[in-house]
Order: sequence, then structure tokens, then C-alpha cells
Amino acid sequence: MDFEFIRAYAPLYASAAGLTLTIAIFGIVLSVVIGLLCSLVKIFKIPVLSAIVNGYIEISRNTPLLIQLFFLYFGLPKIGIVLSSETCAVTGLAFLGGSYMAEAFRTGIEQVPKIQTDSGLSLGLTRLQIFRFIILPQAVATSVPVFCANIIFLIKETSVFSAVALADLMFVAKDLIGIYYKTDEALFMLVISYLLILLPVSVFCTWLERRVRYAEFGNSNPVSGK
Amino acid sequence: MRLEEILKTEQLNKSYENGQKVLNDITFSLKKGEVVVIIGPSGCGKSTFLRCLNMLEPVDSGAICFKDRVIDRANKEVYELRQKIGMVFQSYDLFPHLTILDNILLAPFKVQKREKSEVTKEAEELLKRVGLSDKKDVYPRQLSGGQKQRVAIVRALIMHPEILLLDEITAALDPEMVREVLQVVLELAREGMTMVIVTHEMDFARAVADRVLFMDQGVVVEEGSPKEFFNSPKTERAKQFLNMFHYEAR
Ligand SMILES: Nc1ncnc2c1ncn2[C@@H]1O[C@H](COP(=O)(O)OP(=O)(O)OP(=O)(O)O)[C@@H](O)[C@H]1O
Ligand SMILES: [Mg+2]
Repeated sequence: MDFEFIRAYAPLYASAAGLTLTIAIFGIVLSVVIGLLCSLVKIFKIPVLSAIVNGYIEISRNTPLLIQLFFLYFGLPKIGIVLSSETCAVTGLAFLGGSYMAEAFRTGIEQVPKIQTDSGLSLGLTRLQIFRFIILPQAVATSVPVFCANIIFLIKETSVFSAVALADLMFVAKDLIGIYYKTDEALFMLVISYLLILLPVSVFCTWLERRVRYAEFGNSNPVSGK
Repeated sequence: MRLEEILKTEQLNKSYENGQKVLNDITFSLKKGEVVVIIGPSGCGKSTFLRCLNMLEPVDSGAICFKDRVIDRANKEVYELRQKIGMVFQSYDLFPHLTILDNILLAPFKVQKREKSEVTKEAEELLKRVGLSDKKDVYPRQLSGGQKQRVAIVRALIMHPEILLLDEITAALDPEMVREVLQVVLELAREGMTMVIVTHEMDFARAVADRVLFMDQGVVVEEGSPKEFFNSPKTERAKQFLNMFHYEAR
């Protein structure tokens, strides 16, 4: 192992990791938003939109991210839509993650007993208020393990971004191997970089799962929220 | 008691999606300050009837009127109306992710937009009345069944409902907790709260009711004062039903 080499190129990895992480964060946040909207459409059984959402979930779950990225990066320009590598990466990740997050929300929502809605209604709350203050917090809490698994899955999926010429971790590693033939060192640093990103996420998830076991959020509370 | 009518149903019919007919032509009237107890065998439609009164279930035909106003379930006014009709269910239905105080405050705060300090004060007073002052900051899972049901009553009361619907609120409780909950209900009755109560506690029914309704297979079979009904039921069905609660020493 050439430690001199590793030391020399560590900063390159660090900035690539930064890029990977930034895109992952944007993609994941967007996929949570998409997931929430899709689950709302399905739970409230909104006509037309429900059909669209079902179609989207099927496509999203049954095609690899790589193909989705190719479509965005090489396909769309053919009809005059040119997206940057970064936009493609974020869009692709959100497109993939949205369906996974939607399913996580939906299973969480379905696990909340119907009596909770009935009690809310009998207190005069509207359906939307019931969803916001009663169903959603409980659904999110029960689904935390699924959300965490999805987040880690999506971070791992970022490893295909180099396919759309994004200078991410994988891209840097392949580049260094191509130029210097330092395969061991380049891959070693790649593994370390992904571990450094994923380990804290994983530790945080474990902590979170323990914390929300009873759906007691303290400060996300509608009445005495700080 | 010759008071104004507050809630009534006219020839209410209800069946579930599977086509099973659950309520059959129920005509019912409730006066202000009156306590009506509904009893009847399991599955006869008592819960369904209460849920219809609170507009939680669509009906096939017939009318529900609140103070002479016919209620249209499709209309937004049902949300307003439900505030005036409180309900407590058999299963513990507190919101598990909120503290006891927040369980109570949620609706007055979000629905009635009341001042927080004012409702908090009222919530604390109500909790004190049911003997749970020290529980306001704990979560539902930390309470016993009886305590949860008392909180559920407080949560309904804080909306200042004109009617309270209680659906077998002690059915899931251990016997030693039944009393602490029924005591609260008896006190409400004494204060003049209008209530429709479904219960299997016959002694309680006798003590609290102004009028008893006996239902069987979706029909009101017999109706009368608790004294009449429990001492000399008129119909064969009611006699049979009441006999189930007697154990004779041999
Ligand atoms: N959501 C539902 N869908 C279909 N059938 C239902 C539903 N809820 C109740 N039923 C049926 O309607 C009938 C009346 O039920 P209901 O719960 O009103 O009875 P009940 O008198 O309250 O009984 P219990 O004393 O056991 O609580 C029963 O036969 C029940 O199986
Ligand atoms: Mg019932």
C-alpha cells in the first residue's frame, strides 16, 4: 500500500465525498417530500392522481437507478432538455427514493388504528388536522426503521452517479486507477470514504429508532411545541 | 323532566357494505339533561347507533336532527356539530404520541382556537375532578385502563359538548377499575349532563338512567324507566336478556 499516494489524493476524495453527500442529502429530502405527497394521494384515494402515483411507483421500483440516470442524461437532450450532471443525479435519486419513501409512509399510516381517526373526528377535528397531528406523527415513528433503511440504500445507490459524468467518489476512484494503476489504494480510499459517510448515518438511525419507539417527539408536538 | 328535545332520529336505517342490516327504523328522541341507557345483546347494533348519532357512519335512510336541524352528513357543518356531541369509545383511544395534557388540549386549541392559558387551566381543573392532577405530563401508555378512560372523558368534556355518547367505556377494564370510571359518569349525570350510554353494567344502568332502551337485532324492542324495565320487563326478549345477568344459588 502506497501511503504517500493515499495522503496525496485524500483531499480529492474528501471533496468528492462532499459532492456525493450533498447530492444524497438533496435527493433524500426530495424523495421524502415526494413520498409524503404520494402517500397522501393514495390514502385519500384522490382520483386520477392515484393512478398516476401507482404508475410512478411501479416504474420507479422496477428500473435500476443507472437506467433512470441514462434516460435523464442521454435521453432528455434528444427532446431538447439538457440537465447538468448534478441535476440529473439529484432528480434520479429523488425519482428512485420517492417510491420507497411513499411505501414507508403508507405502511406507517396503515398501522395507525382506525379508532384514532374516529376519536379525532368526534372531537371536531378535520381530516387534514387528524392526518397532520394524529396519524402522521405515529406513522413516521413506526416507520423510522424503514426510513433509515431507505436512506442507507439511497446513499449506496449514489455510487452509480459517475455514469453521468459527476465527479463523485466512484468517478475519482476510477480516474485514479485509470491514470496511475494504483487499484488497491484507490479502492481502499473508496471503501473508507463510503464507510465514513455511512457509519455515522447508521449510528444516528439506531439512536433515532430507540428514541421514537413510543412516538413521543417532545418538540414536534402540536400544542406545547417549542 | 319536561325539557326541550336536543337530538332525535327518525326511521334510521343502516347496513354495512356487506349488505347486513344493522339498524332497522330507529326512531329515537333525547331531551336536554336526560340520560338514556341502551342495553342489548352483543352485535345488536348499539355501537353502530352511537356512531350514527355522531355522524361517524353514513346511514341508508332516515334523518338525524340536532335541535330541529336536520343534519346532512355531506355538509361541512358536521365538523361543527361533532364538537357539540362528545364521544368516548370502548377501546382506549387516547393519542399515544401526546402527553395527557396535550391529548386534552389538542381539539380546543386546534378546533376551537381557544386561548392556551385558559384551556390549560380548565384542563387542569377537569383532571383534578377525575383525580388525575398528577398525570398531566405523562403519556397514555403510563396510565391504567381506568385512568385512560377518565382522561378520555375529560378530553370530551373540555369541548363543552351538549351531549356525551359513551360506548361501553368500562367493558375493557378490570373490575376494580370500573367503579372509578362509572363514578365520574354518575357525577356528570347528577350535574345534568345529557348522555346516551351503552353499558353492560346493569346496576350502573339502573342508577344512572332516566330511560332505558332495550335493543335487539337493530330494533328498539322495549323502552321505559329503569324501574319498569328492570323490575318488570314487558317483552320476552328483554326478560331472557336480563336473566343472563342473574346467578341463582342452588
Ligand atoms: N365496520 C363494520 N363493517 C361490517 N359490519 C359491521 C361493522 N361494524 C359492525 N358490524 C356488524 O354490525 C352488527 C352490529 O355491530 P355493533 O358493533 O353496532 O354491535 P353492538 O351492539 O355494539 O355489539 P357489542 O355489544 O358487542 O359492542 C354486528 O353484527 C357487527 O358484526
Ligand atoms: Mg359495541
